Amino acid sequence: MKEAEIKRLLAANLLCVFSIILTTTVPAFFLDSFSVLGTHLTWLCICSVSISALNIVLCLVLKPNPSPKRSSFAHKISRFLKCCIYFFMSCILFHVIIVLYGAPLIESVTETFLFAVLLSTFTTLHCLCMLGPNIQAWIRVFSKNGAMSIWDNSLQITTMCSILGAWFGAFPIPLDWDRPWQVWPISCSLGATFGYMAGLIIAPLWIHWNQKQLTYKSR
Amino acid sequence: MQRWPVLLFLAWVCFLFFAGIGLFMSGFLLTRIELAHSSSCSDPLTPPPWDRQSLPPGSCWMPQRFSKAVLVIIDALRFEFAWFNPANVSPLPYENKLSFLHHLATSQPRHARLYRFRADPPTATMQRIKGLTTGSLPTFIDVGSNFATYAIQEDNLLAQLVQNGRKVVFMGDDTWEGLFPKKFFRSYFFPSFNVKDLHTVDDGILQHLYPTVDGGEWDLLIAHFLGVDHCGHKHGPVHPEMAKKLTQMNEMLRSLVDHLGNDTLLLVAGDHGMTETGDHGGDSEKEVNAALFVYSKTPLFGTGPPEEPEAVPQVNLVPTVALLLGVPIPYSNIGEVMAELFPGDGDALSAALQQLSVYHVNAKQVDRFLHSYSLVAQDLPAEQLQHLQEIFSTAVEEHVQLLAQMQEAVLVFPELESRLGNLISRFQLYLREARAVCTQTWARFHPLRMVAGCTLIAASCLLCYVTSELATASDSFYRSCLLYPLLWGLVVAVLLGLACTFIQEGLDLLLVSSWAAAVSQVAFFWRWWGRQPKRARVASSQPPLAAIGLRQRLRAWLGLAFPMGILLFRCGAMFSDSFVVAEARVAPFLLASLVVLLVGKLHWDGRLTVPEGPKQQLLGFSSYRKESWYLLYLVAVLLVCLRLSIFFHQCREEIPQCRPSLFIAPLASLRNTRAKNLFYLLCVASLVGLVFVVRCWLRHYGNLNSSDPLVLFVRWGFPLVVICIACYWAVASSAEDSLGKLQELVQVALVAFPWAVYGLVSVGLLLLLCNPMTVFAKDTRESAGPIVTPYLGVPSSEVDFLHVIPQIYRRMQESLKSRLERGSCKATVAAYGLGSVYSAALVIALTLLGFLLLLLHSERLSLAFLLLFLEAFVLLHIHTRARSLAGDAEPFSVPWHAVISWLLAASQFFYSTGHQPIFPAIHWNAAFVGFHLDHSTNLLPAVLVGANTFASHILFAGSQLPSAPALALCV
Repeated sequence: MKEAEIKRLLAANLLCVFSIILTTTVPAFFLDSFSVLGTHLTWLCICSVSISALNIVLCLVLKPNPSPKRSSFAHKISRFLKCCIYFFMSCILFHVIIVLYGAPLIESVTETFLFAVLLSTFTTLHCLCMLGPNIQAWIRVFSKNGAMSIWDNSLQITTMCSILGAWFGAFPIPLDWDRPWQVWPISCSLGATFGYMAGLIIAPLWIHWNQKQLTYKSR
Repeated sequence: MQRWPVLLFLAWVCFLFFAGIGLFMSGFLLTRIELAHSSSCSDPLTPPPWDRQSLPPGSCWMPQRFSKAVLVIIDALRFEFAWFNPANVSPLPYENKLSFLHHLATSQPRHARLYRFRADPPTATMQRIKGLTTGSLPTFIDVGSNFATYAIQEDNLLAQLVQNGRKVVFMGDDTWEGLFPKKFFRSYFFPSFNVKDLHTVDDGILQHLYPTVDGGEWDLLIAHFLGVDHCGHKHGPVHPEMAKKLTQMNEMLRSLVDHLGNDTLLLVAGDHGMTETGDHGGDSEKEVNAALFVYSKTPLFGTGPPEEPEAVPQVNLVPTVALLLGVPIPYSNIGEVMAELFPGDGDALSAALQQLSVYHVNAKQVDRFLHSYSLVAQDLPAEQLQHLQEIFSTAVEEHVQLLAQMQEAVLVFPELESRLGNLISRFQLYLREARAVCTQTWARFHPLRMVAGCTLIAASCLLCYVTSELATASDSFYRSCLLYPLLWGLVVAVLLGLACTFIQEGLDLLLVSSWAAAVSQVAFFWRWWGRQPKRARVASSQPPLAAIGLRQRLRAWLGLAFPMGILLFRCGAMFSDSFVVAEARVAPFLLASLVVLLVGKLHWDGRLTVPEGPKQQLLGFSSYRKESWYLLYLVAVLLVCLRLSIFFHQCREEIPQCRPSLFIAPLASLRNTRAKNLFYLLCVASLVGLVFVVRCWLRHYGNLNSSDPLVLFVRWGFPLVVICIACYWAVASSAEDSLGKLQELVQVALVAFPWAVYGLVSVGLLLLLCNPMTVFAKDTRESAGPIVTPYLGVPSSEVDFLHVIPQIYRRMQESLKSRLERGSCKATVAAYGLGSVYSAALVIALTLLGFLLLLLHSERLSLAFLLLFLEAFVLLHIHTRARSLAGDAEPFSVPWHAVISWLLAASQFFYSTGHQPIFPAIHWNAAFVGFHLDHSTNLLPAVLVGANTFASHILFAGSQLPSAPALALCV
């Protein structure tokens, strides 16, 4: 049972990684002069949209946390709206936090906001897909011994890796190498993306190796 | 715990750090050996004479071209100030103001010429004066002696003139007095250090300039005007005052030229430029690019001016002026003579021959200098010297050969001309390469000393860490771990000292002390290691305990990993130039990361949520504790503080697109009166707010109840200080001339108000030292005995704390008990403000220090200080909250993340109070708060400027450890 689930997780995660790689190459066929560094904002949009779409599809297909009772259509709609509001709020929150960490306040607002959207896609959207708009569950998952399934574990790892990646991405900015990727927010968004990809790959492997220690209490 | 061992231990640690830093600095700060030789007329350097011209009798090295010269130095005369562009219709305040120079250069192109004058860094006035007179490159280390100007030991232009019986008259900047004691025939010095004073020096010079020129009792007249530089420091270049100042200079030059005779050379030079903010000292283009203007009433140049003004290194002025005035070139000069000023008799051939012989002398002199320098010091690379020597000897040989051939008249004109041109360019090549070699070499470090210094500092840090871990474990620690290292260190120092005296070698105090420091450190670690196994043995006798100890230790290490990782990042960043430049942004970033990490970890450990009960099914955020919300709110405030503090940054020249914060400039530089008033009100409001909050806090914790002198001071003295500071700001920021007749009153007020603040603050600090207790004990018993034995120890000393409180408690208990037994319940003892005994004293001390440091900064930085106090308060609150949430019971152990966040905050506010670790960013104005006239000693201004620069470190370190105030904040 567990092995099979880990395999499903691995497949889903690899799909995500693959789609990120695709977002860097495929648009070049449709858009003139597209490159990740040159037209970074376009790439940010494309990456965010495709990853969100993929995550939503995966969530519908795999159903990691199936709800026990069938809910009405109205309930589903309200859940969906709630998810949208949460996502938007998290974008704003990320934007504010990034600015508080030292990003420019007035200049390049678009860049900062799109970076915040990307981060939200990697973290909040993932959480929304897995856990739904249930803050209580979020708080539980992001605490020690709070994970109740391998999906929760994977969520922990990818979220932390994305945020760590974004954090480390800020480090090359002051260096005087004069590279195109040192411009705000390219290094940070690339850092977040690499962190996310690393998290996606690490998560199944880590769960596989620590299978024995991982015991999930069921509610 | 005894106090003396602890104090001694701290002093020893300080000594270790100082030794390490000193050793590093001695390897890092560049030095150059000054040669004591000097040139004289009898030196065999004269070039071979050619047929039509031989040296007239009595001349020295070269025939004298001018008998007199006037050197007008306009401090910080950037090239753009002197450049006149007729096409510019809307000039900035500093543009197109020296129209007279342009007039001379266009109407008499063979009499006058403007050059770009390239100053060598460091572009501080004293270094530039040294360069302008000795012709050498002053190194880094001289910057340190800017406060006390030392006499120039090297051979220089003035010494040469005096030696040859010429009269040098000086007027202006009194820096020259220290540099050239007893060299001047007559001198009029005016105080230079007060950068706010635009007129004293200039008006003083103008008063004496024309009578002296007309009097004729001089051969070289130097006038050093400071107004432009001071105007730059006070208002910046783009200010109407600058236009006024430059116009004044223009008028001065116009009338000066009228007074000059035909045999006089006029040189107008800027010693350095200035940045857009009016500062200087670094090596940016705007600081280095000064102006030089040459004029004489007899034709100077053989040809017309070039299209674009030529760039001339500053040292080139020295050999040129020396040879024009007919004195030997100073011994250590490495400048190249400006050959176009030696046009010969008129035709091209004689001009070339004349220039060749000038170059010849110049090259011989430089060669002689390089030779004697390489004998004294081995720092010039030998192969490059060899290469230079080759260029020199072939050029000289060919010159002699050429002259011989000319005597025999074998050469015809075109060939001769090309050979002459070739030879001149070879001499030029030699001189330029020699200068390049010197420039390179005098930027050379001692890697061994630097490494040793770094090692010493790193070992001292490790020692501090070990001590902090061990000192709590045993009381006798300080005594046992101090005595042996000290003894060893002393023994080594004495031995080294004796050895030095035996070998008759100069005693290098720095080396001896760093050896002593190293040995005492080794002794310390030896002793510490010796104690270590004993404990291990004790532990191993109980195996299960040891295992637990190991796991606990591992966990402790993991807990340390977060804050230490951040600290490691910060240390690592110091090794990267880019990160040093960006440190102002790095410190808040790391601080924010550290605090967010701390909160994240608390969340991960489940400390922020309510322990899960069996029954309740909570929704949303309601599972968070109330305290957690408070903590999150504090973190948000901290992040906002961090972001706001970025608005107070000064700029470095490495980041050209950076704009300095508008809060750094003094209010006096604002031209918009309304904005000025608004900012003034804002500053006063922030000051009042600070005092108000402090008083509220003290009242809240009951520290304002007693009638001790200290409490009275807090109640009445604080507002008084605020009033004084506000008045001072008002007077200082008013416009220069607006007050008219009240000018004298203003001068008095400018001195009186700061002194009132100094006095009040020192009274406050004295009161605090005498009796730091602000506890008010209300005793309604008949017998009023002393409630508490006076408090003596340092605020963080555990024993004292544990000593005082139980005493009071016992007293209260006893009295209550006795009352109850006697049956009279009316009399009680109440002590107010007991919980914040420690923090109240610290808060008062910090506020007082804050006032003092605020006064030394420009007005609008008071907002930054308000932010500083707020952030410190929030940080302490965060740590107490975090600790109480994490369930740490020990009140006296300070977690590492608290210490590191404190350190990061200190360096963050170093930048946020408008400082940068570069020379031009030093706030020299601070030396004149309360001192309108010049200082008699150098100590006081050094203290004031130092206090200004390290304000943030003083305030953060002044509160010792975060533990002490935090203690009471949690009560």
